[in-house]
Amino acid sequence: MRKSLRFVTSVAAIVTLSSALNAFEVSKPVCLAPAKPGGGFDLTCRLVSNSLSASKVIDKPMIVNFMPGGVGAVAYNHVIGQRSNDPEMIVAASTGSALNIAQGKFGAKYTIDSVKWLAALGADYGAVIVRADAKWNTLAEMVADLKANPKGFALGSGGSIGSQDWFKAAIIAKLAGINPKDMKYVAFEGGGEALTALLGNHIQIYPGDIAEFSGQLSSGKYKVLAILSEERLPGVMANIPTAKEQGFDAVWTIWRGFYLGPNVTEEQYNYWVDKIQTLVKTPEFAKERELRGLYSFTKIGKEYQTFMQEEEKKFKELTKEAGLIK
Amino acid sequence: MEVLSSLATGFAVVLTPTHLFLIFLGCLLGTLFGALPGLGPINGVAILLPICYTLGLPVESSLIMLAGIYYGAEFGGRISSILLNVPGDAGAVFTCLDGYPMAQKGLAGPALALSGVASFIGGTIAIVGLTFFAPLLASVAIYFGPAEYFVLMVFAFATIGALMGSNPVKSLIGVTIGLIIGVVGVDSTTGVLRFTLGEAELYDGFEFLIVIVGFFAVSEIMLMLEHHSSEDFEMPKITRVYVTMKELLYCKWTMVRSSIIGFIVGVLPGTGASIASAVSYTIAQKISDKEGTFGKGDMRGLAAPESANNACAGGALVPMLTLGVPGSGTTAVLLGALMLYNINPGPMLFVEQPTLVWGLIASMYIGNVMLLIINFPMVRVFTKILQVPYWLLVPSVIVLAFVGVYSVNMSTFALLLSLILGVLGYFLRKLHYPMAPVILGFVLGKIMEDNLRRAFAMSGGEIGIFFQGTINYILWGLTLFILFVPMISKMIAKRYALAKK
Repeated sequence: MRKSLRFVTSVAAIVTLSSALNAFEVSKPVCLAPAKPGGGFDLTCRLVSNSLSASKVIDKPMIVNFMPGGVGAVAYNHVIGQRSNDPEMIVAASTGSALNIAQGKFGAKYTIDSVKWLAALGADYGAVIVRADAKWNTLAEMVADLKANPKGFALGSGGSIGSQDWFKAAIIAKLAGINPKDMKYVAFEGGGEALTALLGNHIQIYPGDIAEFSGQLSSGKYKVLAILSEERLPGVMANIPTAKEQGFDAVWTIWRGFYLGPNVTEEQYNYWVDKIQTLVKTPEFAKERELRGLYSFTKIGKEYQTFMQEEEKKFKELTKEAGLIK
Repeated sequence: MEVLSSLATGFAVVLTPTHLFLIFLGCLLGTLFGALPGLGPINGVAILLPICYTLGLPVESSLIMLAGIYYGAEFGGRISSILLNVPGDAGAVFTCLDGYPMAQKGLAGPALALSGVASFIGGTIAIVGLTFFAPLLASVAIYFGPAEYFVLMVFAFATIGALMGSNPVKSLIGVTIGLIIGVVGVDSTTGVLRFTLGEAELYDGFEFLIVIVGFFAVSEIMLMLEHHSSEDFEMPKITRVYVTMKELLYCKWTMVRSSIIGFIVGVLPGTGASIASAVSYTIAQKISDKEGTFGKGDMRGLAAPESANNACAGGALVPMLTLGVPGSGTTAVLLGALMLYNINPGPMLFVEQPTLVWGLIASMYIGNVMLLIINFPMVRVFTKILQVPYWLLVPSVIVLAFVGVYSVNMSTFALLLSLILGVLGYFLRKLHYPMAPVILGFVLGKIMEDNLRRAFAMSGGEIGIFFQGTINYILWGLTLFILFVPMISKMIAKRYALAKK
């Protein structure tokens, strides 16, 4: 009995020791933001790099690099084509990236499974925003009006047809029984332009993002009819009802996450999964996430990969349903 | 007075050692870029914008300095026009007409001094105009919807067609080239890729910086390499660098009138300093030239274009800050600067970025005074700089430009693109195509198309949306006016000539 115990311990010791010797450790971690500095992907990278160093989960400083082009298409192609086995680099992504991949815009031959998805670490949610002096006070009133007069109101947002901004509008249109193809949708360059157009009454409904909008919340110029989240959001948003509680099945999550190259080893992938799992439990991470106006939305490792496959399926269906692909 | 309190906030932003230094640096570099033949305000701003950005300067600091380069260049352009009969930039072409004859008469010093004061007066009148006119326009700008923007662009293209330079056909071809370049990339309404050749780097279209560095740095340098060196110029002697009160008073109405003309021309979208100085010179000649002294060294003929091209710089900032529409080629680049910093230019700029807007305006008051001061004692230094050998100048400019492009795009593809566009720009210039229309076509074309499609999306495809509302009526009226002005003025001139006979 004692002999076998000793045998087991020594085997265990050898195994742990050898794996410790081989264990992968990053030396120059990089977060690649597939855009210019200052945008959403930059913010996503900063969230991880700042909280990693503040919590000392990885003691090497993580550098943020930038690779702008095609809302992430250039970076996606670059990672798959040229740095597929680089274990030091994680790349920022968002709902928009997944949508583009599902629609084949990042390259027809690439799918969600062309890279290894690491984790989603925060989210923003869609919101239905109208002018403060609009006659509607609830989502139901607005939807009823839209139903009665589908051509009477213009929706506008900061993205082209088929983009994630457009899908928020499409979801609202569908609530009113309008085929997304027939809705009056005005594509602006970014949410700021759409807000200005709303103020000038050039559009009447702005399906935007709530965290992005939060700076304008106290201006008194706008009214948020509903937030497109599963449950009520905390903090200043707690007073705003969700679409769900108003009886409409409309949820739109803009999550922010990361992926690794497709050819990193299982061990290297697990290393990152471990680190991120430790990271999300630290108070430093919670603080950094809040600082960036993101809500809690955590999916790590295999769970995230499965989630991404579901997202791809969902977006493909939505795209087909909207008549954007035949 | 709300304007004055806003202006006070602006001065509070600017009156820091860093910002004062940046204004000084901007004015100095601007005068330099203006003084060097070939390099003008667009080149200066185009080359330094990526550098400001890479250095991590905050947006208001960058803009303050870049604007300093803009109006500083309008100041500096006169130096080589007067001394060498070679305009330092496009806005200084008319400065040669009377400036160079003055220098030949041994009046180089007074010519430099007078034109310095004229530039100062033009600049100052324009900034006052900007201070009071821009907030007014900004408060109306909120009513500019997609339809109004589209009609405004129609007006802008009409002004380019009607007023642009000596060769309208080449200007229009230039505009078309700009439009073609602007079409590449994701279509902002439907998300369809256009002319990207499957190259992911082209999905976002031609990056603004790449285009301006290609057209305004690379091609310029190729021309410089080809041309003679500046060492062969013979500098006239500079005697007294001041003007007498009598000389100033002699020109006072010319300066005030030309400043107002320059400001108005600047406000019109799609025009620029060259048009402002041409119009003001012609008008000054018509009004004042009773003895036929214009073109032979008349002081008023020197003061008119100089006041106008500086006033134009201030005027061009009005539509840029209020509507997000460039008033000139250089403001198109400044607009690109705002977008690089993720700031949406448009009617909300005055509300959302008051420190940026008012800081910029306040900095221009200070900058103009600085320029006046710099330009008197240092005019001799600038004349020395005109003799900087090209073997030193050319490599420095190209290195600056490329470092800038690379650091913003992080891609060698971007460098390659700007080289290709530079070669294209070189050939266009060899064939005497003006470059400003190309850049305006590139910028305005995109605004025009986006808004056309937005308007149609709003109206459900009805064209009537472009003919509704007061703003549209006014804009259509202005468009017709600008299109028929050349014809009408020709007719009147003919009648006048007949009557005289």
